[in-house]
Amino acid sequence: MTFARLAGPTKAAAVTLTVDGQRIAARDGDTVAAALLAAGRQAIRRSAVTGEPRAPYCQMGVCFECLVEIDGVADRQACLVPVRNGMVVATQQGEG
Amino acid sequence: MRDLVIIGAGPAGLSAAATAHALGLDTLILDEQPSAGGQIYRNVERVTDQRPADLAFLGRDYAHGRTLARAASAVDRRQGATVWHIGPMTRTEGRQVVWSEEGKAQKVNARAVLLATGAMERPVPIPGWTLPGVTTVGALQTVLKQSGIFPRGRVVLAGSGPLLMLLASQYFAAGIRIEAILDTTPPGGLNRAMLWLPLATVGARRAILKGRRLRAVYGRAAREVWRGVTGIRAEGDGALQTVRFTDASGVAHEIAADALALHEGVIPNPQLPRLVEAVHDWDPRQRCFRPVLDAYGASSASGVYVAGDGGGILGAEAAEASGRVAAATVALGLGRIAEAERDLRAAPDLNRLTGQRWLRRFLDAMFPPPDWIGRMADATTVCRCEEVRAADIRKVADHAQGPNQLKAYTRAGMGPCQGRMCGHTVTEVLAEAKAMAPGAVGYYHIRPPAKPVTVEEMAALVE
Ligand code: FES
Repeated sequence: MTFARLAGPTKAAAVTLTVDGQRIAARDGDTVAAALLAAGRQAIRRSAVTGEPRAPYCQMGVCFECLVEIDGVADRQACLVPVRNGMVVATQQGEG
Repeated sequence: MRDLVIIGAGPAGLSAAATAHALGLDTLILDEQPSAGGQIYRNVERVTDQRPADLAFLGRDYAHGRTLARAASAVDRRQGATVWHIGPMTRTEGRQVVWSEEGKAQKVNARAVLLATGAMERPVPIPGWTLPGVTTVGALQTVLKQSGIFPRGRVVLAGSGPLLMLLASQYFAAGIRIEAILDTTPPGGLNRAMLWLPLATVGARRAILKGRRLRAVYGRAAREVWRGVTGIRAEGDGALQTVRFTDASGVAHEIAADALALHEGVIPNPQLPRLVEAVHDWDPRQRCFRPVLDAYGASSASGVYVAGDGGGILGAEAAEASGRVAAATVALGLGRIAEAERDLRAAPDLNRLTGQRWLRRFLDAMFPPPDWIGRMADATTVCRCEEVRAADIRKVADHAQGPNQLKAYTRAGMGPCQGRMCGHTVTEVLAEAKAMAPGAVGYYHIRPPAKPVTVEEMAALVE
């Protein structure tokens, strides 16, 4: 599943973040989780026991399926954190 | 020390804040989300400023959130503030509320605490629901409001209830293609609900009219609309590829899908009322626990009030009304207004709440909550974090006295989400296995921290 942006006009400023070493374009007002989806990322972590791929499920802070490392801090809920220019995000594909 | 700390900036929290401010209470709002509005009015201020064209499909009711936020704009508010502890009530210092903001822990004392933490979608534990590509319906609506994004490809919406119909109509109005709607509402909805229609129309006329408009669009919002669907499963290798289901006449179907969004209604967000050990009871009509409250929103926990859907699902209009009532009652409790004034202020809102309760009876009859969760397939995941399946729970059900002991046996509820995603499912599966009432089975004991925090955050607090 990939996500597309609506074509309508927006005054939201462009924001750039780095995800796993790659630069991705986002918009002011995006959460990190939404920005990842909009950039074509889906399975952003692996489950703790069997290591199966997981993706954000609830987008409102309850499921914890969106945990990523943001600016060096691990296990942040990407759906609760707004993007900022220059933010460095690393997905946690290795551990739970 | 603050007079009132409100947790949550949705309709209940914002309206409570405006009232509290008007009554002279020193108030602080702590909200976990990036911006005010709650889920229903998520991101409304930004959408209005930056993408006003999107208001056309998000709807007039959504735009109302802006008025609410403005009315509370004089109140001190922290966004991105996650509350993880509420201390016991003390006679001189009130309750201590502890939260994290930008990775730093902070605390404040409050004479009264209002929990306005709203609802979450009922987790829908079907086979394959952990696959990437499967989300909740609310999640799709959230990213639509937050960022104006939608899934490309074949989108399937599955489940039952007003939020599903609303997202379908918003997608339709925005020109977003839906491959199929798999409606799981048991047939005969309007017949079941008819008894409540007259009262609901008197009590919540606008909502009934809106429902009628939604129904008209719903049937043509997708390429295919299936009704009376059961047995939905998601399948795929590493990500969703196929959705299987059984139609109303018992015929099995399979459709290729890139996105599957599930929705079986909403339930009160249990975490903070549980954390303060408020007494809860099981609501059989909505199949969920809810804190026991008096008519003004006071819980059994001293100095803790609950307003909005966190106290039982009644919707956004009711949330606003209950927020005002609770705030006025806090002012009464702190001796800022007389009982007569509280009663005068509360009367119209208590009336509104009665009307909204009639509407809810209508909706609960029309869209009954799923009754199959306790009987879900053995192999299906209950706890997503620790990957505990229904079979694992059934195996130890006889020995486990309740959810807390089960946690120790199976690790269900011990992962990062702290039981948010499996709590109600565990109660239902245990109740079925032990042939007990869900209310008697009970729920996880929620201990602080109510959200995972780092050792550094806790340490910073002590300094
Ligand atoms: S997607 Fe569920 S917590 Fe972020």
